[in-house]
Amino acid sequence: MESNRPLIISFVIILLGAVLLVKLFLIQVTDDSYLRKAEKNAIQRIVDHPYRGLVYDRNGKLLVYNNPVFDLMVIPREFSVKDTASFCKFFNIKKEALIENFNAAKKYSWVKPSPLIKQISNEDFARIQDYLIDYRGIFVMTRSVRSYPQPSAANALGYIGEISGNQLTRDESKYYRQGDYVGLSGVEAYYEPDLRGRKGVNYRMVNVRGIDKGKFKNGDLDTISIAGKNIQSTLDLELQQYGERLLAGKRGSVVAIEPKTGEILSFISAPTYDPNQLTGSKFGQNFTLLNHDGNKPLFNRPVMAMYPPGSIFKVVQSLVGLQEGILTPNTTLSCNRSLVACHNHPNPVNLFGAIRNSCNPYYHQAFRMMINQEVSSNTYRDTQIGLDKWRESVMRFGLGGKLGVDMYGEKGGSIPSSALYDKIYGNGRWKYSTIYSLSIGQGEMLVTPLQMANLAAIFANKGHYYVPHMIKAIDGDPNLIPEKFKTKNHTGVDPAYFDLVQEAMVEALSGTAARAIIKDIAIAGKTGTAQNPSGEDHSVFIAFAPKEDPQIAIAVYVENAGWGGRAAASTASLMIEKYLRGNITRPALETYVLEGNFIY
Amino acid sequence: MRDSDFYFRKIDWVSIGLYFLLVFFGWINIYAAVYDEQNAKSIFDLSINSGSQMVWIATAVLLIILILVADYRLFENLSLVLYAFFIILLILTPIIGKEINGQRAWFEIGAFRLQPAEFAKFATALALAKIMEANTFDLSKVKYQLRALGIIGLPALFILFQPDFGSAMVYSAFFILLFREGMPNRYYVLAITLILLAILAILIENNFIVVGVIGVCLVIVFFIGKKNWQKVVTLAFLGVFMIGYVYSIDFVVSKLPPHHQNRIMVLFDPDIDPLGVGWNVTQSKIAIGSGGLTGKGYLEGTQTKFDFVPEQHTDFIFCTLGEEFGWIGSLVVIALFITLLLRLVFLAERQKTRFSRVYGYGVISILFFHFFINISMTVGMFPVVGIPLPFFSYGGSSLWAFTILLFIFIKLDSHRIQILGRMS
Repeated sequence: MESNRPLIISFVIILLGAVLLVKLFLIQVTDDSYLRKAEKNAIQRIVDHPYRGLVYDRNGKLLVYNNPVFDLMVIPREFSVKDTASFCKFFNIKKEALIENFNAAKKYSWVKPSPLIKQISNEDFARIQDYLIDYRGIFVMTRSVRSYPQPSAANALGYIGEISGNQLTRDESKYYRQGDYVGLSGVEAYYEPDLRGRKGVNYRMVNVRGIDKGKFKNGDLDTISIAGKNIQSTLDLELQQYGERLLAGKRGSVVAIEPKTGEILSFISAPTYDPNQLTGSKFGQNFTLLNHDGNKPLFNRPVMAMYPPGSIFKVVQSLVGLQEGILTPNTTLSCNRSLVACHNHPNPVNLFGAIRNSCNPYYHQAFRMMINQEVSSNTYRDTQIGLDKWRESVMRFGLGGKLGVDMYGEKGGSIPSSALYDKIYGNGRWKYSTIYSLSIGQGEMLVTPLQMANLAAIFANKGHYYVPHMIKAIDGDPNLIPEKFKTKNHTGVDPAYFDLVQEAMVEALSGTAARAIIKDIAIAGKTGTAQNPSGEDHSVFIAFAPKEDPQIAIAVYVENAGWGGRAAASTASLMIEKYLRGNITRPALETYVLEGNFIY
Repeated sequence: MRDSDFYFRKIDWVSIGLYFLLVFFGWINIYAAVYDEQNAKSIFDLSINSGSQMVWIATAVLLIILILVADYRLFENLSLVLYAFFIILLILTPIIGKEINGQRAWFEIGAFRLQPAEFAKFATALALAKIMEANTFDLSKVKYQLRALGIIGLPALFILFQPDFGSAMVYSAFFILLFREGMPNRYYVLAITLILLAILAILIENNFIVVGVIGVCLVIVFFIGKKNWQKVVTLAFLGVFMIGYVYSIDFVVSKLPPHHQNRIMVLFDPDIDPLGVGWNVTQSKIAIGSGGLTGKGYLEGTQTKFDFVPEQHTDFIFCTLGEEFGWIGSLVVIALFITLLLRLVFLAERQKTRFSRVYGYGVISILFFHFFINISMTVGMFPVVGIPLPFFSYGGSSLWAFTILLFIFIKLDSHRIQILGRMS
């Protein structure tokens, strides 16, 4: 009667055995998520962050280094505290913050370490070091943050910060990971690939308590980290610091360039900030403060602020006119104030006199001669052709486009083309009388302080320039700097024409900027005034010295300081003396500049 | 001597071969479970579990020899005495036993620890065989059903006092034995229905199940026909009972201590408490699942080796196998178990006495239950109950108990012709 029951039992044994095998097949063979979870469990990817390269000034003085900081790490599974209140007091952390951080760590991994308290100070670390063994599941990990021995050159050096989601998606090299630090501005950003070095990765096996159990796959997947390269910048720390002192309490820029090489000697953006503010645990808080500061300390004025060039542009006009053959040293024009306002000076003037006295009507007439050469019988067409030809010549002075300095965010300024005016007024609806302001560096024309400093270098070099740059050597090797900084750029203007211009610029000082004159140092300079529709004009001055063998070319902008002969020329003069002589012989002038306060 | 030679040749070498294969696999997996690359020791090292297991295996071989040379009549004659002895031990265990992990399941004699619940299994199987020896023992009659249930229930009850829910549950495996010996079908249909209903009650809305139960009842009524009104009434009672049962499941589950509740719920949702109750199952599945088709290689497993899986050398030994030998390794071991079980069914059916056959099915019941429930537990198909994988898991009590259980049957089998002779 029961004869089929042994068969049923055998069948059930086979059936349930098969159920086990199917279930095992599903989790072992068809589903690989368990394999990933297993690796997440037992394999720890330990990133070996290399030391970021250091930055030195041109004389080998340290500008940026790495300072060790300490993170308190926690392994949630191991961690337990009997007395939370005393723990919080001891480690100097709020209870809510502790709980929040611990929960975040738990969410990341139950068995792998996560930061519990980030960036413990040296003092705190020294205090807690010996007591750490009293707690289970916590240990200290050392990292380093950027540090600046001198609170100087903040905008030039830039800062590093955690990589953003956007940057991560754009990163085609796939080098970066969430939480990595990356140069975000200045030298730190531009030379990021050199400075960062290369991360090393070690795959370690850990047990359930997070205890190291040796290399994964005998270390076949591991890579060694390579330290970042040290960088020597072209900055002269002493000059930089002096310039920052002079511009303290003002808004403006100072850019000084070595004309022979294009090396940037000082790069001052005022107001500035202490670069140490944007490092370590205070980064977020301070960044928000600086970013909301009405004086915009994070605004990198030397390359981002754009102003009309003003009278200084008359020098370029003279050179273009000479090269075109429109002007000669003997071209004499009257100071006709019905064309445009001027100030008192001998009348009429030749080209030399026009530069020396910055005669507005002279350039009004000279510019018309350049623009309207009667190539076309149609006045409108003739103006278009003339403007574009002129623009081409002007742009060769490094104006109207980015110079290509080694700094992201550089602005190119603007030298208007006929297309621009066609867009504003319509084709055939504008002529010289519409655009004559360009003749004296006003109107739809914009330059950056860096371009103006480069202009001073061009005048010093008699017609050529090197793209201004911040880099002198990488890893001690000057040949490793980018090619474009070793290439000479020509303006296309005959060096012979620069003699007259240089002479006029030396002479000009005694008229418009007598304060700038230094005994025994021949300075060639030109004042300018950048018109400011919303307040006091900006004071501008460019210069180079010594005239016979130029070592420094400089552009100074002081915002709202009025006419260029005052604040800007004095500042430039002091900077030149500081650089060439090492000390200041005119304390009164120094005091005058230091006490000037033009932030309204 | 010629006599014993004769019986020696009658021994079922197939079962013995399967037994030693399983014991050997178990042993090398225990070594893998405790292996530490940074502090590697030999598999024979007595300071680690594989070394101790080797001692257990050696002593198990002694036990085997003792059983094989003993008088086969001994087991039948002593069956009720042994049963009584272990019942007394089980009563004493919760009182004088050593407390480990909140359970008093162990006896300590000097450096020796024994778990009486493991040994009570073969004694119970022997007792069952003994009382069912007579052909008059008819399991279709309630009187005999109650007697059999009494023999099974008594040790289970005392084990519950230790408390060891898993070991107590093992005794339900004897229903396989009872099934073979003529327990009516209806109990099994009812039991399977109740189990399915319990799973459904946890998984889906009760009202849907009630509608389903009523629907099924109506369909059955349709087939029975109105004439057979007695059956219709019985069915109606059953339907009402099941509806009440479905509602009571939720109630009972909600009354369980939270950690027991979670042990059940974690089967349906492993993420319920991944760091608490879910930890064992989640880590066990990760270990097995990460093995893939062919495994990570012997001694190359990371999950079991680095202690992510708790109890990895005892109840969760299957994880080591799954991780290091993959699905192929699991297939081999499961195939070995199934082959052994089918072989035992074949042996049991060829017995000439009811005593030997009943005992044989007792062995099958116990081994099958352990095998299926243990592996189900490691892959998350059954709540975590602490029962070992036969011949595989680390531990002297469990290895000895399973060895005695199996070899008494092999001994009885080798004398099957002789026993017949005595009977006639």
